Amino acid sequence: MNVLVFAESDEGKIRKASLEAVAYGKAIGNVTAIALGNVDKAELENLGKYGAQKVLHAKDDRLSHGVIQAYTSVLAKAMDDEKADVLVLANSSLGTPVAARVAAKAGASLATNVADLPNTSGGFTVKKSIYTGKAFAQVELKNAKKVIAIRKNAAEAKEVGGMATVTDYPVTLSDADFATKITSTEKATGDILLPEANIVVSGGRGMKGPEHWGALEALAKTLGAATGCSKPVSDMGWRPHHEHVGQTGVKVSPQLYIAIGISGAIQHLAGVNSSKCIVVVNKDPEAPFFKAADYGIVGDAFDVLPKLNEAIKAAK
Amino acid sequence: MKILVCITHVPDTTSKINFLDNNTKFDANGVQFIIGPYDDYALARAIELKESTGSTVTVLNVGTAETEPTLRKALAIGADDAIRVNAEPADSFFVASQIAEQAKAGGYELILMGRESIDYNSGVVHGIVGEMLGIPSVSPVMKLDIEGTKVKMAREIEGGKEYVEANLPLVAGCQEPIAEWKIPNMRGIMSAKTKPLKVVEPKAVDSGVKVQKFELPPPKGAVKMISADNVGELVTLLKNEAKVL
Ligand SMILES: Cc1cc2nc3c(=O)[nH]c(=O)nc-3n(C[C@H](O)[C@H](O)[C@H](O)COP(=O)(O)OP(=O)(O)OC[C@H]3O[C@@H](n4cnc5c(N)ncnc54)[C@H](O)[C@@H]3O)c2cc1C
Ligand SMILES: Nc1ncnc2c1ncn2[C@@H]1O[C@H](COP(=O)(O)O)[C@@H](O)[C@H]1O
Repeated sequence: MNVLVFAESDEGKIRKASLEAVAYGKAIGNVTAIALGNVDKAELENLGKYGAQKVLHAKDDRLSHGVIQAYTSVLAKAMDDEKADVLVLANSSLGTPVAARVAAKAGASLATNVADLPNTSGGFTVKKSIYTGKAFAQVELKNAKKVIAIRKNAAEAKEVGGMATVTDYPVTLSDADFATKITSTEKATGDILLPEANIVVSGGRGMKGPEHWGALEALAKTLGAATGCSKPVSDMGWRPHHEHVGQTGVKVSPQLYIAIGISGAIQHLAGVNSSKCIVVVNKDPEAPFFKAADYGIVGDAFDVLPKLNEAIKAAK
Repeated sequence: MKILVCITHVPDTTSKINFLDNNTKFDANGVQFIIGPYDDYALARAIELKESTGSTVTVLNVGTAETEPTLRKALAIGADDAIRVNAEPADSFFVASQIAEQAKAGGYELILMGRESIDYNSGVVHGIVGEMLGIPSVSPVMKLDIEGTKVKMAREIEGGKEYVEANLPLVAGCQEPIAEWKIPNMRGIMSAKTKPLKVVEPKAVDSGVKVQKFELPPPKGAVKMISADNVGELVTLLKNEAKVL
């Protein structure tokens, strides 16, 4: 099977999620990866290590911002040129909307939020997360062409080969492709992105106020973790909106999720239930979050946070 | 301006999810249905725009007769009329085809949806509709203002947001904090009973996907409690037992 993988980039660097997409593609066929806009050459070559046989680079400067329609045109054309049966992308704020439009344009079967490698014994079936992580659906993709957006951990990014050769992929784009204009971007730089983080330290209303986040951030720093929060915390403006985890926020699937002063409402759990391991710190032994946890500490956040930080530093 | 808001009829966020018939059918027993939370944000913003720009708001659902109370609720919140495309919402492509058809027929300029449904969580219907109609689709949108024919939006991206502009017509997938959820008042509830709700038959669409089976995640093991005076033990367990450090 020919697989095209969209290698999403951010400020010249390939997203970690896209390495998993390459690994996913490698597990089902021959992979051509494609990157758009300004991306470091070494980053592109490096995709070979994760299983890309060939890397295409559509260099056009206008593609340095993720414009949904322009990206759609390029990926749909590349699917044709490469005779790709499958396009694999990482679920993201860019990958998911682009997947939708490419599938519509190419007449492909579409599945997003895919959690596992496909079953190809008799047909092509993928496992998709539904009901906000409360269930899965086995979905058969019937059309000859398929578009799959994978969520974190659907495949393991591991090194399997050497550097790939990078070929320029010239594109012709129309004004219609840029009907949407990105006028500016506001972004936290240098932070570990919440959806991609291996460890997340998250705080709830039990943290009492934004002025107390220092202790939580210190723990996150020691662990190399991203910080998250519950919905009321971002609603009250204690933390930025993009840190809000749950049903109506970011869905995370880290190795380790540490929840400090979060009660564990079902809507919060919906965003964290695909974490590998959950640690809950709450002063109320009856907090519902303990039922969803692997390890729990009944205690005061302001007492436990610094102690935990020290214990982890000591164990390093 | 004519605004179309597409709403889903989905299990309340606190619902326990179960399946019937050898895991092939959703068990609606005892489940309360609501307007999708993201769709509710889209609707709330549409009502604000209706008031500030003198627009009309139509709500649309692709669904069977059970979804009508959900459409009535949207009318009670302030939509002017409703359309129900009478069909099981088989898959994203099918639903998007019905929405595109209605959007064309009704000449809607602004089509607002939720960033994703909370049953299928696909986050794709807005993009498919945009592609079918050949117009921009922007999602997830956390702020949306109209200036003449220009739509100014903030779109959430990983770790921040980007500001985006496009002209009408346009499709947007909405999320907080685009507007505050609105609760219907008594007058709204009374007037909703007599507002028009049109039922139309679907157009035929070939479906490219088929759900074979549903599955529930494996049950979680029991929690291990650790004393707050012994956090060192937690670190040891995370390292040696859970192997996540
Ligand atoms: C449609 C809908 C969607 C929603 N979506 C989301 C979502 O996406 N994400 C989300 O998070 N919520 C969501 N919610 C809200 C959710 O229902 C809860 O209200 C929310 O998660 C509670 O946040 P919290 O745990 O921070 O606060 P609380 O419920 O107030 O819990 C605070 C916790 O902190 C503990 N505590 C207090 N002081 C201390 C201390 N000193 N040390 C340690 N522990 C302490 C308390 O025992 C308590 O358990 C949604 C709700 C609805 C209706
Ligand atoms: N059956 C439906 N009827 C009307 N609108 C829908 C339907 N399904 C999805 N939508 C709209 O499309 C958005 C995205 O849905 P999805 O792609 O399923 O995550 C939802 O938030 C709704 O606004």
